[in-house]
Amino acid sequence: MTAAFVAGADVPLKRRLKRAERARQFRALGLVLPLLAFLLFTFVVPLAGMIWKSVDDWEVPQVMPQTVAALEQWNGQGLPDEAAYAALAADIRTAREAGTLAVAAKRLNYVVNGFRTTLLSTGRKLKEQPAPGTAKATMIEIAPAWGERESWAAIKSASGPVTSYYLLAAVDLTRNPDGDIVHAPADQSIYRDVFLRTFEIGFGVTALCLILGFPVAFMLANLPTGRSNLLMIFVLLPFWTSLLVRTCAWIVILQSEGIVNGSLQWLGIIEEPLRLIYNRFGVYMAMTHVLLPFMILPLYSVMRGISPAYMRAAASLGAPPVTAFLRIYLPQTIPGIGAGCLLVFILAIGYYITPALVGGAADQMISSFIAFYTTETVNWGLASALGAVLLLSTLVLALLYGKLALGRQTTGGLKN
Amino acid sequence: MSANHSPQTASQRIAWITTVVVGTLVLFFLMAPILAIVPLSFSSSTYLTYPLPGFSLRWYEDFLGSARWMNALKNSVIIGVASAVLSMVLGTLASLGLAQWKSKWKPLVLALVLSPMVVPVVITAVGVYFFFAPLGLTGNYLGLILVHTALATPFVVITVSATLQSFDMTLARAAASLGAPPLLTFRKVILPLILPGLASGALFAFATSFDEVVTVLFLAGPEQRTLPREMFSGIRENISPTITAVAVVLTVISVCMLSTLEYLRRRNERLKGNAG
Repeated sequence: MTAAFVAGADVPLKRRLKRAERARQFRALGLVLPLLAFLLFTFVVPLAGMIWKSVDDWEVPQVMPQTVAALEQWNGQGLPDEAAYAALAADIRTAREAGTLAVAAKRLNYVVNGFRTTLLSTGRKLKEQPAPGTAKATMIEIAPAWGERESWAAIKSASGPVTSYYLLAAVDLTRNPDGDIVHAPADQSIYRDVFLRTFEIGFGVTALCLILGFPVAFMLANLPTGRSNLLMIFVLLPFWTSLLVRTCAWIVILQSEGIVNGSLQWLGIIEEPLRLIYNRFGVYMAMTHVLLPFMILPLYSVMRGISPAYMRAAASLGAPPVTAFLRIYLPQTIPGIGAGCLLVFILAIGYYITPALVGGAADQMISSFIAFYTTETVNWGLASALGAVLLLSTLVLALLYGKLALGRQTTGGLKN
Repeated sequence: MSANHSPQTASQRIAWITTVVVGTLVLFFLMAPILAIVPLSFSSSTYLTYPLPGFSLRWYEDFLGSARWMNALKNSVIIGVASAVLSMVLGTLASLGLAQWKSKWKPLVLALVLSPMVVPVVITAVGVYFFFAPLGLTGNYLGLILVHTALATPFVVITVSATLQSFDMTLARAAASLGAPPLLTFRKVILPLILPGLASGALFAFATSFDEVVTVLFLAGPEQRTLPREMFSGIRENISPTITAVAVVLTVISVCMLSTLEYLRRRNERLKGNAG
């Protein structure tokens, strides 16, 4: 074989291989595409739509287009001119006939409490379009609110196409008539508390899961395989049992005629039944129970990979058991602790069903407010904004979790 | 593994015994709800209290004879099976693709594929509700099947990908070198070997749908109420002993699924052991 022959054959083969590899890559991508397309339709677009709804300000521009156009010239100082009043009167009359006035009224009522009444009563009282030049006087006569700058600022602030109103409201902020960001009035400032409560319950449940889960994981990891596999059933069975079944069971156990109260009364320890459910205690109890396996499983998988040789080495070098545990064993479980805590926390802050069923009114977490504004009051903007804040918190934590989980894979020495 | 816990000193022995006592108590805490609810479902009394006045199967008869519960069972099975099949197909294809695909975008795609598992269900439910309502996908099976499939697919991808990771790709190459076209290789070589993994994935998907209630709360009409949905309203109103019977039936189903999964896992490990 001459060198020239080898070199000549080498190039097409390389190219052919490359081409084959490229075809393989295309085929691989083609296999993933159906799922991506499916998720686009059932997950990505719906979530994007929800985020859009948190800034979308369509009501007033759609229902009152002339007023919005007229207010473009208005600088926000004093009252707008006669033309704006005429536009408002025309818009109100059109909207009332089309039956859409309530839509705008609802949106504007978020900005100024009582605006709904103003707008709807104006609609009722405004029999005909005021004569040219008299619109301002007529409107103020019908409803004195039209003589206030605040009302017009409200319309202007809701003129779209996008608004920061809902997102600000989700963190207890609002804009005053001058457009500055200020604290929302006290009766609307509840969401920071709700978020704090959500994170507080999340932290509490995570801490409880860690305290309860660590000894279990340690025990299972250090028992002979046969016995630990057997005991693992006690972790996996509740894990696989329906959430509703477990929640229902906790109510049966904890309610005032329930098993715990019954036993305590029978033993004569208490006279009156303790209140164990429909309060924070019940929420902690049920949520810790539901989320505990998510802590035990990652801890267990990390602990199984820790070689007993390290502890023996520490002991042989004279470290007392407590020191050996704290300085040698515990640091090696950190990846498991981190993964378990993040997982439990991420799942906990999104919880809806369990707090809804075993919590009281003061124990509802952010998810229940999202559900409430979606189905009960149909304030989709606020529901979406609260959802967007929760989504953001979750994604940041999930990113952290992904980093941690990936880091664990590359550190080596730890199984699974 | 038994060497490291054979206690050498008294203090180590005490520490180990304490761990076992605490661990056992926590395991008891984990099992307590199931242990508490099973006997109550056989009680002859309408009150959910111990001691039981007598044994009866009336609550099971109640469950089996109730059109409402039977309809819920039917809905759960229809939606669960359909989502399992759909997520099975989509998830397996994607896992096969992801196993071969090399790209800098892969982590991003993987994150996207797994994200329905991480995003709070209430957010998914609200988003899907806004999006599906104008499309007429609320109040029918299709919408529920679609969203349950989205929620279940990550579990299929994880399970099947794990199986593929342990799959020996030289077998596929051997088949290809003997002239088998890709589809035949898949059907005759890859599929039979990864089947247990696929079955576990399908089971995971079914369980996800079977236990899901949040999206059902938003999307289902009165005709599509599933078992968890009926339980939700049942618990909200007043826990009747019939619910405890339903709970026990659901728990038995969970036990069956868990046993099947465990069987598949052991089988897979045995096969791997033989191959190695």
